[in-house]
Amino acid sequence: MFAAEFEYRKAGSIAEAVQLLADNPDAKLLAGGHSLIPLMRFRLARPELLIDIGGIANLRGITVSGDTINIGALTTHAEIAASAEVQQANGLLAEAAGGIGDPAVRNRGTIGGNLAHADPASDWATVLTALGATVSAQGPSGSRTIAVADLIEDAFATALAENELIATVSVPTLAANQRAEYAKMAHPASFYAVVGGAVVVTMDGDRCTAASVAVGGLTPRPVKAPSVEQALAGTTLTMDSIADATARLSDDLSAAGVDIIGDVYASADFRASVAPVEVKHALLHAIGLAHH
Amino acid sequence: MPNKVPITINVNGRSHSAEVEPRTLLVHFLRETLNLTGTKIGCDTSQCGACVVKLNGVTVKSCTAFAVQADGAEVVTIEGLAQNGNLTAVQEAFWNNHGLQCGYCTAGMIISVTEIIERNPNPSPEEVRAGLEGNMCRCTGYNNIVKAALAAAAAGQGG
Amino acid sequence: MTTRIFGSGIRRREDPRLITGQAAYTDDIKLTGMVHAAILRSPHAHARITGINTDAAKAAPGVLAVYTGADIEGVLNPIPCAWAIPDSDLKAVAYPAIASDTVRYVGDAVAVVVAENRYQAEDALELIEVDYSPLPTVINPEKSLDAVSKKKQEDAPNNQAFHWVAAGGDTDAAFADAAITVSETINQQKLIPNPMETRSAIASWSPAMGELTIWNTTQNPHIARFVTCLVTGVAEHKIRVIAPEVGGGFGAKIAVYPWEMITAFCSMQLGVPVKWTETRTENYMATTHGRDHVEYVEMAANADGKVTAVRSVVYAGMGAYLSTAAPGIPTILHGLMYSGPYDIANIKADVYGVFTNSTPVEAYRGAGRPEATFLLERLMDKVGDAVGIDSVEVRRRNLIEPFDNNRDVAIGITYDSGNYSNALDQLLGHVGYDQFRNDQAHERDHGTFRGIGVACYCEICGLGPSQVAGAVGFGGGLWESATVRIYATGKVNVFIGTSPHGQGEETTFAQIVADEIGVDVDDVEVVHGDTDTTPMGWGTYGSRTTVVGGAAVALTMRKLRDKAKVIAAHLLEADEADIEYADGQFFVRGAPDRAQSIQDVALQANVAWNLPEGIEPGMEASTYYDPPNFSYPFGAHAAIVSIDPDNGHITLDRYVAVDDCGPQINPMVVEGQVHGGVVQGAGQALWEGAVYDDNGQLLTGSMMDYAIPRAHMVPDIEVHSTVTPSPHNPLGVKGIGETGTIASTAAIYSAVMDALKPMGIGSLDMPLTPERVWRAIQESGYTGNGHSHNHGHDHGHGHQH
Repeated sequence: MFAAEFEYRKAGSIAEAVQLLADNPDAKLLAGGHSLIPLMRFRLARPELLIDIGGIANLRGITVSGDTINIGALTTHAEIAASAEVQQANGLLAEAAGGIGDPAVRNRGTIGGNLAHADPASDWATVLTALGATVSAQGPSGSRTIAVADLIEDAFATALAENELIATVSVPTLAANQRAEYAKMAHPASFYAVVGGAVVVTMDGDRCTAASVAVGGLTPRPVKAPSVEQALAGTTLTMDSIADATARLSDDLSAAGVDIIGDVYASADFRASVAPVEVKHALLHAIGLAHH
Repeated sequence: MPNKVPITINVNGRSHSAEVEPRTLLVHFLRETLNLTGTKIGCDTSQCGACVVKLNGVTVKSCTAFAVQADGAEVVTIEGLAQNGNLTAVQEAFWNNHGLQCGYCTAGMIISVTEIIERNPNPSPEEVRAGLEGNMCRCTGYNNIVKAALAAAAAGQGG
Repeated sequence: MTTRIFGSGIRRREDPRLITGQAAYTDDIKLTGMVHAAILRSPHAHARITGINTDAAKAAPGVLAVYTGADIEGVLNPIPCAWAIPDSDLKAVAYPAIASDTVRYVGDAVAVVVAENRYQAEDALELIEVDYSPLPTVINPEKSLDAVSKKKQEDAPNNQAFHWVAAGGDTDAAFADAAITVSETINQQKLIPNPMETRSAIASWSPAMGELTIWNTTQNPHIARFVTCLVTGVAEHKIRVIAPEVGGGFGAKIAVYPWEMITAFCSMQLGVPVKWTETRTENYMATTHGRDHVEYVEMAANADGKVTAVRSVVYAGMGAYLSTAAPGIPTILHGLMYSGPYDIANIKADVYGVFTNSTPVEAYRGAGRPEATFLLERLMDKVGDAVGIDSVEVRRRNLIEPFDNNRDVAIGITYDSGNYSNALDQLLGHVGYDQFRNDQAHERDHGTFRGIGVACYCEICGLGPSQVAGAVGFGGGLWESATVRIYATGKVNVFIGTSPHGQGEETTFAQIVADEIGVDVDDVEVVHGDTDTTPMGWGTYGSRTTVVGGAAVALTMRKLRDKAKVIAAHLLEADEADIEYADGQFFVRGAPDRAQSIQDVALQANVAWNLPEGIEPGMEASTYYDPPNFSYPFGAHAAIVSIDPDNGHITLDRYVAVDDCGPQINPMVVEGQVHGGVVQGAGQALWEGAVYDDNGQLLTGSMMDYAIPRAHMVPDIEVHSTVTPSPHNPLGVKGIGETGTIASTAAIYSAVMDALKPMGIGSLDMPLTPERVWRAIQESGYTGNGHSHNHGHDHGHGHQH
């Protein structure tokens, strides 16, 4: 558990970090380190150069403007969980942040680092996909906006170019008639999501007018569930209608054309079978039909 | 061989400057360079919490941070809690409530409990347990650790 | 009289150094000139080594030496096994510290690098080139025994390490005559002990003196010294083993491992101190595991549920080599406990010890007794179902009647004392058993699935009479010793042979001393863990430290009290027969105001200015205590669980324990032992298990994969006790270190099966993962009512839901 040797550079600005990335093809960015350092200690990752972006102040912080929450990539999970602004504007963001890893991990791990690592078991990827979040990617020729749903392409693979970094994550605020929840079955050792389901429902009384549903953990990248969404939209949400809607998740998983992950703890078959259960639990919590 | 990097870290109120290999973990810097061996290594993968220290006021797993990342930072380890021989309320509560057996997880537990109470001065047993999800103990079954945390919180409330 | 110190839950005297970060565990120790070793481990579970090239590693920065199997040949003897079970055809295959021609599990040592620092040593490991020719691999103990064609251990045809049978009564006849027979196949999965401190050693060889000092994370430094002597050839009196602060053991620090022998070899070759410390991943490969049985068990009973016989065929995995005490675990500590707390006339244990291509198996908390308890309790539940009576009632009908001095059981051992039905009654009251059963019936109608499980147990502890140890093939004695010295200042040092590592004997032994001779507990310091400064002892395991070592301390204090009485009589110019003792004071009967305190007497004894004729100076005594029998703690535990049928998730809602370890020296310490033991046993039931692939690769190779219980996964453990003294122990004590683990796996498993009873689910393998439970529910045809509100998510995060 001793990392191989590497060179270390501290980037003072986004521009400097991007330049260092461009100049060093075997470099990796170091933010909180919670994704990269364990891999380096197993010598499964051995970058020649680490570019420490931890000191870049304008990659940090939370601002809410209009109906968008902008979160600097280096903002920690703990900062998001504890932010009164976030809690007010989008309770699911705060709740999901507070459910990642454990307190010390949340104090150090960052939202940008988590997304860039693209671990299939990432809670952020699933939650931000359901919320319709985007990231601002900074490269040598400026910035571009990528939907989180498009950012995560495969397990540990993103749409970022080698010389791009995530600067900001932008998340819509929730309207007064929107409810959002995330439910996961966590691995008992790693706490990573074996299966996670995130939902955003727009309500008119007890009738759902629109829904956004994503699942993750069981797939290499988060999968949106349009069949479930369509079944929910226009429906009065009850135990039965929710059960009917979530039963359609298997269609969405098939349509997505992704492999279902299976491992020693939970087989692919099991994960696929309980994914609708997690979505159902999230929905029940969203509309207050489940008690803790 | 990569260049060593000069760093200055304030640990338990004292400033320490050294040149380190970039790959040196913060926990190795504390244990090997500064001889502050109260911070332990348990799992190597940031699960167990034996290596928890405070970095700029919040708990972190020092086995999952390079020492260079702590350049300019303030670190508090288990050795830095008791002042002039006076135990903190959390240390005292661990002692009074048999919150430790072999003692190996204890440094991380005490620092984590300290943060739990700082953030929530009157936690419920469930909140203490949730707050300790990143700290493993194989001896106590957590019972007396939870009890100690609640006692420390009560002491902080004046009773 | 003030509150008696024996029985007081005082806070521990070892804690100040532990809560301030001042304690020194092995890896915390630095010696001048110390260098660092890292071990290259086989990536194959079974392979021939066809070539090895260390040239590049030797040339790497900071590297002092690289050694392979060829280098230790003729220098380090093979690692011996210390428990040769007699009449079992035991095959002790060669266990070299570094493999030279064949590797037999993933983790077998192939080479060692010594470098100026650990990072350099790790860098150099990558430069060693080894050519392997893979061989067939077997992991499952039962299949390993079958796999004749895959012969692995050349000295042990058919991979059989031993075959041991113990029997009492006529089991075959009892089964033939039985109204009811039940059977079960039990997989006691392989477990990784996971003390929070991994293993570590520092070896320092003094060429001038020919002396070897080893700091070693061990539960038994004196045994470690003895075996080090056999392996290194250094004479026993020239070896010093120090167990400094030890961060938990749970059985994994009993064995004497190749690794500290390799560390010693490196120091002896290089003439400088060498440190080796495991990473956690290395610990999972290289430190012993526990359990690993495949068991076929059966029970016979009358129509009213009275059990008449129990028998088993057990395939016990030993791993690739026989670890220090391994053969004794599934035999003496398992098969001999098949009566448990029950009156069973006919018993047979048929145990095969089997080599597999996996990490060697050793004692793990409970060691054989959790497995015995589990099979008895599982079969009791099945008998109850077969007869149609409640699981508590079937146990009650079979418990041995209360006895206070010796009770023979059919398998051929003698329990010391027991009141098993009392423990069960207390338990049922505390847990509210009848109320739970009423509630449960209603809940089931509403789609909520909760279950209760009760486990009764009796276990063998306080190991043990040395004559018996010899008769059952243990390669040593099982007595304990203590030397107590009272100084002129009245302060006391207690030197003990056992080696506590978290169990609190620095406090509880001081309480024994304070209780026996009336000194303040703070005036007593207990010294342990250093073979140069402590008398011989056999270590801390098998819940024996307080039972055997504590008895040695108590008897020593009684000797000192007798000597003090003689001196006090002399000082008081009275006849010894007229001297009374109370609370640390010696006085002439009826004249307590003219007393000599123990401190007064100690001063006089140490200066020796005025001692009675024939009395030696000094206030010191020793005792070598060999117990006349084992001790048999017992109790009854209950678990309550709830299950979410949607995803198979189990929540451990409540746990209640009633244990009887005899009189409690420090109830706070006793409760702590139960808490920890219960949660470890819960780990086996619900979360833990070493999983290998077909090639012998450990798939649960880190704490990211192997799930150890965390605070949010377990409830408050409710602890109660009864007190039935052991008639043969000087303190009446029985031992408490393992009871929690022995009962809890069975109780929790039973609770889960109780919850699943409406689905008609018969049995499940442990750990009871959500997938296993969910799959069983699916296969049962249960459809539910679609309105379950019982969202038992673990999620690790209460706030997630």
